[in-house]
Amino acid sequence: MNFGPYAAFILAAYSLTTAVVVALILWVLLDYRVQRKLLADLEARGVTRRSEPPR
Amino acid sequence: MEWIALANPSRFLALAERLLPWLAAATALAFAAGLYAAFFVAPEDYQQGATVRIIFIHVPGAWLGMLGWAIMSVAALGTLVWRHPLADVALKTAAPIGAAFTFVCLVTGALWGRPMWGTYWVWDARLTSVLVLFLMYLGLIALWRAIEDPARAARAAAVLTLVGAVNLPIIKFSVDWWSTLHQPASVFRVGGSTIHPAILAPLLVMALAFTLLFATLYVSAMRNEILRRRVRTLRLLQVHAAQGA
Repeated sequence: MNFGPYAAFILAAYSLTTAVVVALILWVLLDYRVQRKLLADLEARGVTRRSEPPR
Repeated sequence: MEWIALANPSRFLALAERLLPWLAAATALAFAAGLYAAFFVAPEDYQQGATVRIIFIHVPGAWLGMLGWAIMSVAALGTLVWRHPLADVALKTAAPIGAAFTFVCLVTGALWGRPMWGTYWVWDARLTSVLVLFLMYLGLIALWRAIEDPARAARAAAVLTLVGAVNLPIIKFSVDWWSTLHQPASVFRVGGSTIHPAILAPLLVMALAFTLLFATLYVSAMRNEILRRRVRTLRLLQVHAAQGA
């Protein structure tokens, strides 16, 4: 595959987009693990919800 | 199940658990097809050469940056009119994802502009209005972080979101209302697309892939935010119990 004289611009655009997408995926995956762990720790200490939080 | 029943956070969590594997798989398949078409099927442009391949990430980035704010505007109505907690969650979680796609649009546009226009940036109406969208996203994220109470933060963010929605038609029609270096609409326009089908078809597949990615990330982020609020509620209960003891 030959991108010609502007290969650096094309590769930079795709590399940056890949980095942003990977960062977003890592953000949701790591945040999920953290929240699940926090919930599990609280529930293990006997803290449970009485109902949905009131508004 | 009626759709309105999904507005219950517990039902949303159950649905998200079932939906996310399918969404992730569909996203991966769509990207595989889209990237193959973008690099091995789509021809080079007769004027732009290989740089036209940046269109396959630049245009979906732009669409999803705007879609993020449009979704937030609908959620803002849910927050202000019905004061529903899931609307708050939908409003808050779309902001970082929309900001990321707007950032992709801006940077890939600059990297496309330098070889084709001779400059990374020009203060024309399209580029400036998209930059304003990105700055509004950052402002909204900062607002959420500045107010500790989620319900109060949601109401303030909802007002700012609805005010900021004025920018969406400005972005869309900026190339018609003002003389811009950025090209006019070329995909969705009266009279049909001006893009050759050999490039338009991969673009639409990549747009589908990015939209599925957006949906996957958005449902995941909403699930995480609901869990975060449950953690907050449990911590408050723990404090109240300790004070009552």
